[in-house]
Amino acid sequence: MQSVTKTYRPISWPMKGSGGDTGSWRTHRPVVDHQICNKCQFCWVYCPEAVIDRKEIIIDYTYCKGCGVCAVECPTGAITMVKEDE
Amino acid sequence: MATSIKKLPDTEQVLSGNGACGGCPATMALRIVGKALGSNAIMLLTPSCSVASMGMTPKLGYNWPCINITFASAGSSASGITHAVEIMKEKGRLQGELPTVFSWVGDGGTYDIGFQALSAAAERNDNMIHFCYNNEAYSNTGVQRSGATPRGSFTTTTPTGKRQPKKNMALLMMEHNIPYVATATVAYPGDLYDKVVKAKNIPGMKYIEILAPCYLGWQFDMPETVQMSRMAVRSGAWLLWEAENGKISFNNPSSHIISGKKDPAPVDEYVMKQGRFNRLLKGPDATQRIAEIQGDIDREIAFMRERAKITI
Ligand SMILES: Cc1ncc(C[n+]2csc(CCOP(=O)(O)OP(=O)(O)O)c2C)c(N)n1
Ligand code: SF4
Ligand code: SF4
Ligand code: SF4
Ligand SMILES: [Mg+2]
Repeated sequence: MQSVTKTYRPISWPMKGSGGDTGSWRTHRPVVDHQICNKCQFCWVYCPEAVIDRKEIIIDYTYCKGCGVCAVECPTGAITMVKEDE
Repeated sequence: MATSIKKLPDTEQVLSGNGACGGCPATMALRIVGKALGSNAIMLLTPSCSVASMGMTPKLGYNWPCINITFASAGSSASGITHAVEIMKEKGRLQGELPTVFSWVGDGGTYDIGFQALSAAAERNDNMIHFCYNNEAYSNTGVQRSGATPRGSFTTTTPTGKRQPKKNMALLMMEHNIPYVATATVAYPGDLYDKVVKAKNIPGMKYIEILAPCYLGWQFDMPETVQMSRMAVRSGAWLLWEAENGKISFNNPSSHIISGKKDPAPVDEYVMKQGRFNRLLKGPDATQRIAEIQGDIDREIAFMRERAKITI
């Protein structure tokens, strides 16, 4: 029997940066003080962008949108939001 | 005890640099859902913020096969796909474990426009998970009222504040006699994760609703997404519960509010932090309006406490 199924190809593929280099949206940049950070991973779990490395607590500024959620949720106050043009 | 943050898997199904607003509660929630579902899943989306957040062709911000469908049809489309994959498996055209079929739909697409098809899919007990990320308005089109918008809230279609209370959609879904229903919110990622893992392993219709405080629609400061989610739970404005085969149990910290061990925080702080409420609380009727909002919350707590006692 002949197959009646046509193969459809997707029009988009999973890739980072589907909204562009969203780091350019930032007005403020989260800066981690690694002396204070206790590696609790709270910032990692709440970051909507998945831009925080959970082991090293290093932020990928290419895509970080500067929302500031990580800074508010950090229990030790290790994250400061610094104005971008400073 | 909910799974601890450090035990959550590394898997990232939501990719960095997508089109969502900064601080978006929907992407925040979907990231945790992705950790629970893994990559073997098929995602359906109705028009919403989460569609806009997928980004621009040829790139896609979610690491699943994604199907954008019409507003009214999440229930019926997911039913079709779940039956199709089962038959493909039967005919040997699909190897390995069956993918989880799930819909990721806003409150507009769940409470209002998609309700009929969703109700029908639930009644058929088709094998899928319907997620409603509930930002309590039609956010993608500029914040219009939905059936999930609470009383007293400003939207562009309720400029003097919504006059009606929201409906209890999760409870309505439970009353379809489906095997699993749960509520969750972004401040409690371990609780959300566990509920999705549980749902994934139950055959039939599962419904999970996630309160998603949207800074744009609710008019609070962008970094406060998680704070607002936590306040919603502490004030009892959002109750965390799950129901397996119609038996309701409450999760921490809502369980303490229900048992009476802890009083819910007065709603004032939660309400005054949000422009959608507080812009309407400047006149002489402010006290009465807050009392109405508090009244809706108190009623819901009392009702759910009693409803949970029915275990037949
Ligand atoms: C049948 C139909 N009516 C209206 C629209 C326009 N529309 C697109 S997204 C949207 C809002 C969706 O609200 P909700 O489901 O709550 O998701 P949210 O945008 O809040 O994430 C509307 C009204 C549409 N695409 N199709
Ligand atoms: S939340 Fe703060 S203390 Fe915890 S890992 Fe992140 S930066 Fe470190
Ligand atoms: S500012 Fe927002 S996007 Fe950037 S690392 Fe913090 S939580 Fe993530
Ligand atoms: S409007 Fe709200 S729900 Fe929509 S993308 Fe922005 S933050 Fe997310
Ligand atoms: Mg919505």
